[in-house]
Amino acid sequence: MSKSDVDEGKVRVYIMGREYKVPFGLTIMKAMEYAGYRFIRGAGCRGGFCGSCATVYRIEGDYKLRVALACQKTVEDGMYLTQLPFTPANKPVYDVEKLSPSVNVLLEYYPEIAKCVSCNTCTKACPQDLEVMDYVQAALRGDLEEVSRLSFDCIGCGLCAMRCPTSIVPYNVAQLARRLYGKYVMPRAKHVDDRVKEVEEGKFDEEMKNLMEASLDVLKERYTKRDIEK
Amino acid sequence: MELAEKVKNISGENVLSCYQCGLCSGSCPLRFAMDLSPTQVIRLTQLGLIEKILSSNTFWICSTCFSCFARCPREINITKIMEALRQIKLRRDQDYIDLKNVSKEELKKIPPIALISNLRKTTA
Amino acid sequence: MRIPYFPGCAMKTTAKNCEVSAMAVASKLGIEMVELPRWNCCGVFPSLVNDDLMRHVAPIRNLIRVQEMNKSGIVENEYRLVTLCSMCYHTLKEANLFVKDKEKLTKINTFMDREEEYEGGVKVLSFLELLKEVGYEKIAKEVKKPLKGLKVAPYYGCLLLRPREIGIDDPENPTILEKLLEVLGADVVDNPCKVQCCGSYHTVDKKSIVAKLTYDNLRYPIENGAEIIATCCPLCTFNLDSRQKEAKELYRDLKEIPIVYYTQLMAIAFDLEKKFFGLDLDLYYKNPKPLLKAKNLY
Repeated sequence: MSKSDVDEGKVRVYIMGREYKVPFGLTIMKAMEYAGYRFIRGAGCRGGFCGSCATVYRIEGDYKLRVALACQKTVEDGMYLTQLPFTPANKPVYDVEKLSPSVNVLLEYYPEIAKCVSCNTCTKACPQDLEVMDYVQAALRGDLEEVSRLSFDCIGCGLCAMRCPTSIVPYNVAQLARRLYGKYVMPRAKHVDDRVKEVEEGKFDEEMKNLMEASLDVLKERYTKRDIEK
Repeated sequence: MELAEKVKNISGENVLSCYQCGLCSGSCPLRFAMDLSPTQVIRLTQLGLIEKILSSNTFWICSTCFSCFARCPREINITKIMEALRQIKLRRDQDYIDLKNVSKEELKKIPPIALISNLRKTTA
Repeated sequence: MRIPYFPGCAMKTTAKNCEVSAMAVASKLGIEMVELPRWNCCGVFPSLVNDDLMRHVAPIRNLIRVQEMNKSGIVENEYRLVTLCSMCYHTLKEANLFVKDKEKLTKINTFMDREEEYEGGVKVLSFLELLKEVGYEKIAKEVKKPLKGLKVAPYYGCLLLRPREIGIDDPENPTILEKLLEVLGADVVDNPCKVQCCGSYHTVDKKSIVAKLTYDNLRYPIENGAEIIATCCPLCTFNLDSRQKEAKELYRDLKEIPIVYYTQLMAIAFDLEKKFFGLDLDLYYKNPKPLLKAKNLY
């Protein structure tokens, strides 16, 4: 990088092998857009929650393939970038209403979890810093609670599945576990049940109708004057 | 001969010391389900005819019980030879079992330990 | 004695009866088995080829947890790891032998860059070995309800015994289980099939093979008068018990026989609370309760 580039606050990045100079401080996603790419797929909330923009990169002079969410990670000088638009991962069809939270239920739908060799590559690939291997192992012994606890912050980006040498899809396994745990094991939240009942009984129909019919000005006023929980 | 070298290298066993006494086949609890006997497998390995073994089911049927090794008078770890043969297939990405053929009903009941060990031995 | 304990998947699923009884028996004998705070699959089956390092990562990772337990003070200077499952025992012990080759150990340690290095100093024990160490005299003192008149045939299977450098006893004619059963007051029946293969993982996709082996392995002890089989391994137990169904379809003359873990027989002989027998769990094809009731043991 020449002195003038540094003065201009730019860094060098390589997108699919070609060199670009992009402003310092941009996220990977913005840097690629700056360079002229347009994201049609593989981009979503841009806030680090939706999991669509998982990506891999490498820094010049380093052998390690690193992972990140393209909307979160800012570019560094000498970054090799690419885009991973989609993970074509296994996801069997199931009806959660018809399942039971049995010990073998995860193995029944995802028998390939039995192939886990505990290499921990999935954990290293997780941009959310989850202990992915530990929850795959918990899945193997049917511990739905542990899988749910360890995978709670999963955003389903798919990087664990891309990196797994035995083609396990950890994030989909965990999603099934959380669904079953939430539906069949976790204690019901009484206040939520009560509120759902009230909604079904039509307690809020009138208020809802008023809101729907209100003018933009009225809505604005009500919004600014609303109670804010602190 | 290349494959025979590979079997020798990754198993660490030298089959040339086998004198074909047949004790391994007599001791094998799964011999009844194999097309080639363990003794025949060792003979073919000695001759370098690995491809011939690879079309048999013997090394897939071997359940790694080590009975043959426990009794072999030449102390050849035949179980390791069987593993090497499985590995040659698996490293070509040729699985022996297909999970699709195992029914959901079966998966409901099977101990995880059975599935884990099965997939380790029979799928790449 | 506080000793690190590796359960493995079976103890949490199809062998809960083994774990619940073993834990109760151990505590009666003054042994506190402390489950590893974090553990993964043992790595069964160990890969037997020289260059398959990845397959040894799982067991080594578990052995590192024993080092961690010592460092964090959960156990004090106790570098032994006890297992209940024969397959876990075999795999963990085999990995320990595998990494005697320092080059292999270094490679595995380098690969697991988030773990501390494995130093090679953990000793893997089967629960049967631990019981032997505790001593049969001490065990005999706890026997409050001897298994008098209960004709028990021992069954070891393969992985606890072979190969010789891994096995806990003679690979052809082990006696460790017989000795224990005698201490419990049982009538030990000779079982010529005690070191045979149960058919192992073929139970997933080749039930007929396992059914034939189940028939062979049960026929002779039954002929010798056995009323119940005492097992060590969760996979043997599953095959010997649940595959009796398939075996009976192929071999009409098979008499059904209940299969229990030796740890359950210990809990019964120690006259512990019934919940520690693990007999109420929905795990059995042939329910052992009627026989045990007939013998006034339940």
